[in-house]
Amino acid sequence: MKVPVSWLSEHVDIPAGTTVEELDEAFVRLGFEVEEVLRPPVTTGPLVVGRVLEIEELTGFKKPIRYCQVDVGEEDPRGIVCGARNFAVGDLVVAALPGAVLPGDFAIAARTTYDHVSDGMICSVRELGIGEDHAGILVLGQEGFTPGTPAAGVLGLDEVVFDLEVTPDRGYAMSLRGIARDLAGALAVDWRDPAALTPPAWSGEPGWAVEVADPGRCDRFSMVAMEGLDATAPSPWELRRRLAQCGIRSISLAVDVTNFVMLELGQPMHAFDRDTVTGPITVRRAADGERLTTLDGVDRALTGDDLLIADESGPIGLAGVMGGASTEIGSTTTAVLLEAAHWEPAGIGRGVRRHKLPSEAAKRFERGTDPDVTVVALARAAALLAQHGGAHVVGAPVDLDVRGPRPVIALDAGRPGRIAGVEYPPSQVVEVLQAIGATVDGDGQQLQVTPPSWRGDLTDPADLVEEVVRYLGFDEIPSVLPTAPPGRGLTERQRRRRSIGRALADAGYVEAPSYPFVGEAQLDALGLPADDARRSLITLRNPLSEEAPAMRTTLLPGLLATLARNLARGQRDVAVFEHGAVFPGGPRTQAPVPGVDRRPDDDVLAALLGAVPEQPWHVGVVLAGNLEPRGWWGPGRPGTWADAVQAARTVAAAAGVELTVRAGELAPWHPGRCAELLVGDGAEATVVGHAGELHPRVCAALDLPARTCAMELDVDALPAAPVAVGPHVSTFPPVLVDLALVVADAVPAADVEAALRDGAGELLEVLRLFDVYTGAPVPAGSRSLAYALTLRAPDRTLTGEEANAARDAAIALAVERTGAVLRA
Amino acid sequence: MAVARDPDAPSGCVRAEWPPVSGANDPYDPKQVAALSAEALDAAVQAAIDAFAAAGDLEALAAVRPAHLGDRAPVLLARRELGALPPHARSDAGKRVNAARVAVTEAHAARLAVLEAERDERVLRQERVDVTLPWDRALPGARHPLTTLTDRISDVFVGMGYEIAEGPELEAEWLNFDALNTGPDHPARSLADTFFVAPEDSGLVLRTHTSPVQARTMLERRPPIYVVAPGRVYRTDELDATHTPVFHQVEGLAVDRGLTMAHLRGTLDHLARQLFGADALTRWRPHFFPFTEPSAEFDVWFPEHRDGPRWVEWGGCGMVNPRVLVACGIDPEEYTGFAFGMGIERALQFRSGVGDMRDIVEGDVRFTSAFGVEQ
Repeated sequence: MKVPVSWLSEHVDIPAGTTVEELDEAFVRLGFEVEEVLRPPVTTGPLVVGRVLEIEELTGFKKPIRYCQVDVGEEDPRGIVCGARNFAVGDLVVAALPGAVLPGDFAIAARTTYDHVSDGMICSVRELGIGEDHAGILVLGQEGFTPGTPAAGVLGLDEVVFDLEVTPDRGYAMSLRGIARDLAGALAVDWRDPAALTPPAWSGEPGWAVEVADPGRCDRFSMVAMEGLDATAPSPWELRRRLAQCGIRSISLAVDVTNFVMLELGQPMHAFDRDTVTGPITVRRAADGERLTTLDGVDRALTGDDLLIADESGPIGLAGVMGGASTEIGSTTTAVLLEAAHWEPAGIGRGVRRHKLPSEAAKRFERGTDPDVTVVALARAAALLAQHGGAHVVGAPVDLDVRGPRPVIALDAGRPGRIAGVEYPPSQVVEVLQAIGATVDGDGQQLQVTPPSWRGDLTDPADLVEEVVRYLGFDEIPSVLPTAPPGRGLTERQRRRRSIGRALADAGYVEAPSYPFVGEAQLDALGLPADDARRSLITLRNPLSEEAPAMRTTLLPGLLATLARNLARGQRDVAVFEHGAVFPGGPRTQAPVPGVDRRPDDDVLAALLGAVPEQPWHVGVVLAGNLEPRGWWGPGRPGTWADAVQAARTVAAAAGVELTVRAGELAPWHPGRCAELLVGDGAEATVVGHAGELHPRVCAALDLPARTCAMELDVDALPAAPVAVGPHVSTFPPVLVDLALVVADAVPAADVEAALRDGAGELLEVLRLFDVYTGAPVPAGSRSLAYALTLRAPDRTLTGEEANAARDAAIALAVERTGAVLRA
Repeated sequence: MAVARDPDAPSGCVRAEWPPVSGANDPYDPKQVAALSAEALDAAVQAAIDAFAAAGDLEALAAVRPAHLGDRAPVLLARRELGALPPHARSDAGKRVNAARVAVTEAHAARLAVLEAERDERVLRQERVDVTLPWDRALPGARHPLTTLTDRISDVFVGMGYEIAEGPELEAEWLNFDALNTGPDHPARSLADTFFVAPEDSGLVLRTHTSPVQARTMLERRPPIYVVAPGRVYRTDELDATHTPVFHQVEGLAVDRGLTMAHLRGTLDHLARQLFGADALTRWRPHFFPFTEPSAEFDVWFPEHRDGPRWVEWGGCGMVNPRVLVACGIDPEEYTGFAFGMGIERALQFRSGVGDMRDIVEGDVRFTSAFGVEQ
């Protein structure tokens, strides 16, 4: 909402010397965010009102040119060449004389053009920097100003306009009237309500027949008929100036007048060409299949929720949103019907969104207008049309008013203070409520508050509390720290997530959260088979991109895109991780929509919460290039499948959980280099993720380096970490034993290790695989695994015999289970 | 069992074999023993001192040592003779012999210390390395600053006794809107702001704020409630330097008897001081949110702003709208509540001087690595 300070001053006694900064602060304190303080661009030098005395039409040039004699208040008129044609002898115009500099460093000098000396320039609105209009020069009318008057004041070049953000609850502030009232309160000065005018005593039959068929959505409909309008009469400059300052384009007198009244009083209006309206007007819902061509020329299909102004021919306007083309005011219009109504706000909002028509009128209706001022607005508009367009009212106005009594809100006068934490005496509370226009009854403590007609947003005691606190200033509220009861700290789950993030960062991975949107193409690139669970997606109705209309079911697309972006930006060695929710699809139940007047029943609530799909928390890593860079110590070490698996172990360790690993096969991993990650033992074991090298085809499809590796794991599937049990630390000497076993390639090292552990029994303290060897003399198809065992007893020094027995048992079990052969 | 050791070892030198010693009962002529004379002992001591001093390095010292401290060295031979002396002579001679032996031993130890120090200095100097060589053999990892800032904010509240509440990002429309006094016709529910889940009647949205966690918490717990809910939220903005469709908020909610806007201000001031320095504080501007009444937007005074101290817009706050309490089954006559929410990206932008939102969301490791792990 743009508010010229000069316009405000017409209604508010702003103290002399009030600075723009002080006004700015006052607006912010009131809750009107100042989006911008607009000042017209600077013009210097002589800029005056001139009167056109003579026009000589010059011919023989590419376009018609005028050479004008203009009285600029000097002894002799000045000769000025002008290319515009929208003015006549006697018109008052704005003349920039030699020495003037217009916005954009446009210096005016006497110069010869079209064979005449032009001793200045007649200016357009755009040249003056006060609007966009450049169709012709600015004509101020024929009266009201003396030639030679400095034009700056006339044009408002020295004026400041505040652009205020009005929150959706404050419909009344979409008008000069509303802003003026609040500002007067904030500055504690007097003001005059522009709506405080008494409509003339029109008499006779109503000017038109009107019926409101949907009083639920239109509780007041007012209309006045006028005749004798000169539709071509220009809008007076004062009107156009205000519209321009408020960012509204001048169109025609009738439209400009309705817009001006809307800005002033907050009541949007519509003017119909009466001669195009056939028969009585009805306010009703649209029937199925009805259509309306609106003023913007769009032919619109209507729904049963659209509220219409209709006549016998059908729809002639979308109520409160936009008029119809068939009844639009034209240059030949002489009779008009002016409409001012009060519409139910929510219905207007639905219409705006349905038809994507956010008009200035709808913006106000949607926030709520003052139903008290419909007839006042008609009177104001009628007076302006009479003054500037020669029109007169015929008959009596229509005023269908079915409003019920205004709501009364019971308010404990102590409540605002109890909410704010500030002592407000009850008398002060009453004063504030009266200042915002409310009627207050009651005994001084238990108040009965009737909000003013323009405050449809005030329905609850809390709304009144807000008005009191806002009016008395948020700055008055002290700063007091409350004492919360003892809390339980972070949950295990929250601690686990932090711990996993830190562990991966410590292991060299950089956290890279990505947008969780995916599309089929990304899943195709990963080579997921058609029946893969990760292809069961939850789709958005209005995605940002049609390429990624669904929610991720795996972290890998985002991580791989991040990897590719880093590589494209010149990184070579990249290891990144992400942890966050994934959104598996699958069958869902319908979420109920309970009322909000009380807590939903337990079963409704359970159904509601149950309709929200599970969103498990995953962690993933991807890596390409070296995980250890080359340096003076030697060459770099590329990240491999083993690092991806180790990342999973790092995660598990951070979560306090043991992970087992076995060979797996799942897209997008290399079928021979994919580890399945499990928790739990035996039949209880659950796969929680996969790690390894990506399938070469996936790397090719995504244009990633060969042997890019990845890991993804479902953190929520990890069991709770058991409380760690402190081991007994034996101080007796260990026996160190090395042994090497030759096993077939197909035998997993994990199986050999498990057999050795089981076989060695309780004396085994540490088992470590320290070498894997293939080649002679180990037969082809086998490999040699070399293990270092640390054997130790808790309570004694082991004898050689005991140590040998444990070693032999370990070997024997490995031989039995895995077909291993002890290497001599 | 005696164990052979390296004679060059700096201490504990022990020889494996001993020469025969005169036994006390050996027939022996108790006349004056020349080796025990003061002169002879003094001469032996002096000879030893001279020999040690003449040894230029540890090897030379080791070479002369047996002659003066070995089993056949004069002072040790003299000592062997003591046993043969009559008891009355033994004490006197013993003292002399012992003094001489101590003198020789000390002389040797002193020389040994000097020579070892010389050797150590020489050898350790040869072993000197360039300690400025890099050893960055591991890639430096990092946590994302959104994560660490979220943790930091959470910790401030946990320190005050709050708990961290959570809720899903894909949320029931009722919890995201209706329960928060944002009815079906509210403009915020339009397609212009909210991602809706297909099909049209799914009743699910991507949460547009962390406020549904408020509703979940109030539906789940009885007051007193003190929670903060950090998390990821969604709005249908295109990514540019100042907007991102996926961003993070921290929402706070307190519901208790007698809570006021003063308590809300105190809480926000405390958080501001923890994050932005002891001089930080907040300023409120009246605003509108459906789920709070009164409502305000708040700015924070940030003295360390890279463009100089200033007020920075940070978030929204207010007293929980009694309608929200009612929808969640809490009696608004008994309890009041306050709620607040702020953008973490925004806080990161001004706290760490990040000019372009895209740097925060694109996952460029150069950006994130600059923040390190920040425990």
